[in-house]
Amino acid sequence: MIEQLYQQVILDHYRQPRGRGHLPDPKFMHDGANPLCGDEVVIEFQVDGEVITNIRFSGQGCSISQASASMMAEALTGKTMDEAREFIRQVYALLKGDVEPDLETMGDISALAGVRKFPVRIKCASLAWHVLEDALKGLQATAQSK
Amino acid sequence: MATTTVRTIDAKAIRELFPFFTPHEEMRSLIYLDNGATTQKPRAVIERMVDFYSYHNANVHRGAYGVGAKASEMFENARERIAQFLNAKESAEIIITKGTTESINLVASTWGESLQPGDEIIISEMEHHANILPWMQLVERKGAKLIVWKITDEGKLDLQELQSLLTDKTRMVAVMHISNVLATVNPVKEICALAHKAGAKTLIDAAQSVAHMPVDVQDIDCDFFAFSGHKLYGPTGVGVLYGKREILETLPPYQRGGGMIKRVAWDQVSWAGIPSRLEAGTPPIAEVVGLHAALDFVDEIGRDKIEAYEWELTQYALERLQEIPGLKLYGPVDYRAGLLAFNVGDVHPHDIQTVLDTEDIAIRAGNHCAHPLGDRLGTPATARASLAVYNDEAHIDALIKGLHKVREVFQLD
Repeated sequence: MIEQLYQQVILDHYRQPRGRGHLPDPKFMHDGANPLCGDEVVIEFQVDGEVITNIRFSGQGCSISQASASMMAEALTGKTMDEAREFIRQVYALLKGDVEPDLETMGDISALAGVRKFPVRIKCASLAWHVLEDALKGLQATAQSK
Repeated sequence: MATTTVRTIDAKAIRELFPFFTPHEEMRSLIYLDNGATTQKPRAVIERMVDFYSYHNANVHRGAYGVGAKASEMFENARERIAQFLNAKESAEIIITKGTTESINLVASTWGESLQPGDEIIISEMEHHANILPWMQLVERKGAKLIVWKITDEGKLDLQELQSLLTDKTRMVAVMHISNVLATVNPVKEICALAHKAGAKTLIDAAQSVAHMPVDVQDIDCDFFAFSGHKLYGPTGVGVLYGKREILETLPPYQRGGGMIKRVAWDQVSWAGIPSRLEAGTPPIAEVVGLHAALDFVDEIGRDKIEAYEWELTQYALERLQEIPGLKLYGPVDYRAGLLAFNVGDVHPHDIQTVLDTEDIAIRAGNHCAHPLGDRLGTPATARASLAVYNDEAHIDALIKGLHKVREVFQLD
């Protein structure tokens, strides 16, 4: 059971994260934390029109939270903001067990389904996605108010 | 392999006094190593509280009818027992609070009122947030200064360093008795003596010590001493503040309400004496009665014996932890309390916790409410196993096995 949580692909993203670091000129920056356990994720990104062109993350925390942020940076770069929002919904559904992992559409992220058997760790896996979701909401609200 | 033999206490017999460790269909059997967070409760404590609510429940210090008088008597007997447990001079020096945190906040917001701009308060770098934040806020409010007593590289407090920090402006030295991360047992008696020589008062945060070693507030000669019931085999929601009578008598009320006055008129209020003046409202009566039973539980075993046993067990743990490659232990090793905070390679403590959980071992992971200490140690989080009188060598063996499993899952080698 524990091996389902800590799959090779999770350890790989934890130890060789994609997109860890900072942007020289981040257009948007948003952070989030699980104060209970101390996981912290900061997301920086740039957009070109509707397309997210660059995502970087920083922060600290368990392998699940950090690997998840790495997977997100990889998966959402190049997506439009609408596509990203839809993708985030799919990830939540995956974590909750509402959809089955599908390597073809979700790639590495499928491995996050391992948290289902560890309910207290779902918030670790979802942290980065919540941070980006919040940031996109903020962007949308700003755009609408203009 | 370790050679220590731990025999002074029969931990298995003690576990039988705890419903938590008794096989039950709703619970899987658990190796509980999170005693620094809270201890389990012996049947005697639970039954005393059930007995109180079942047959003696009434408010205290109000009812002149039989049950009310009996409830008051049980409550005040518990206060007497707490005084005896700490070797306080008298029970009026025992203030009931809801825990260590409230005890320290009480001192900061009553005694703290006398602070003048420029006054200094010394706390150590290893403090729990409960012994940082009340002082931080107080000095801000009063224009006073918070002085941080740095720890040594070994994780101890150096008395010469304290000597150099004490000035004629120092009004308070507030330190923890035992560190909840480093397991350091601080020389509180010497600290109090130095502080008093400089004219300062002292507060000891004893949250991690009272269940694990004998304490004597007159011998320590501290001005205040704070602890919680729930880390001492007692209930949550009750704590104690000990204070010397001559200081308590000078304190203004902490909260205002029922039970803490002599007389109230629209134009004049006179406060009750101690301890009532500092205990507004209905106290946690059943919890205080339960705490009484907890103190009896501890003393029936004997605090000298508990201290010796836990040190033996700690030495066994220290020795066996060396078997884990890449394990970094925090805090002193020549002597320490039964707490072991560590990291393993690049594995995050929460992941250690999860792996151990699947092996039915409960430990704590995180920053342990001591962010400044984490900054000093250069690690935001650690895994922490903390021992109590019902733990034994087999539990340490299981922990070691679990840590090997952690290394395996995380492919360390």
